[in-house]
Amino acid sequence: MASGAKPRVRVPKTASVGDTITIKTLIKHKMESGQRRDDDGNIVPRSIINRFVADFNGQNIIDVTLEPSISTNPYFAFDAIVPEAGEFAFTWYDDDGSVYEAKKSIKIA
Amino acid sequence: MFSRRDILAIGAGGVAFATLGASPLYASAADDLIAELTGGADLGDGVIDLIAPEIAENGNAVPIDVTAEGAKSITLFGEGNPEPVMATYNFGPLSPTRGASTRVRLAQTQDVIALAQMNDGSWQVARATVKVTIGGCGG
Repeated sequence: MASGAKPRVRVPKTASVGDTITIKTLIKHKMESGQRRDDDGNIVPRSIINRFVADFNGQNIIDVTLEPSISTNPYFAFDAIVPEAGEFAFTWYDDDGSVYEAKKSIKIA
Repeated sequence: MFSRRDILAIGAGGVAFATLGASPLYASAADDLIAELTGGADLGDGVIDLIAPEIAENGNAVPIDVTAEGAKSITLFGEGNPEPVMATYNFGPLSPTRGASTRVRLAQTQDVIALAQMNDGSWQVARATVKVTIGGCGG
């Protein structure tokens, strides 16, 4: 699943200092659970995103451990405090070792 | 049946081996995992806000929204899933609400459990029953 895992992130462009904003993230990924069987009855090996981290200017917001029970195209929505202008960094870790990244900057209005 | 239990054992680690002979019920596996995580500590309730649909037509993507003010981390369990632990949220200093929304797979009608460790080290738990019309484990 190294190819085709495309992250999408929605972050407001501006905020006031100390504001709480809502961030929505989604990454395209099949999240193969390791529970399904193919037509021949063989178990389809697990292949999921196992960790998702959201940081702002090096400070952590949320660090998620994902298990196979998380749906296809993992989606997370959560709040974050904006202490200053800067950049959000979002990172997804795949079972196959791939790392997917997205960055979004925010200005102080 | 054996392969399911094997998978459970991999997911649950050592505690599953104790469960293996004792009871085939997934419910107890989730409870055992909670006991292992908390070290048998008392579980409070009332702090966690767990929002799950009463009826999910499609078990492949069930929206789960959980927040717990003052929580350090929250673990979501699906009692009736082959691997009961669904996700663990660890919150950083920039998380004001200590919560998140996601979508999970539920194999069958079951209780979703949220277990939160608070900043003071105490534990909180919340449950929500979700009726699943079409299970989400493929197969």
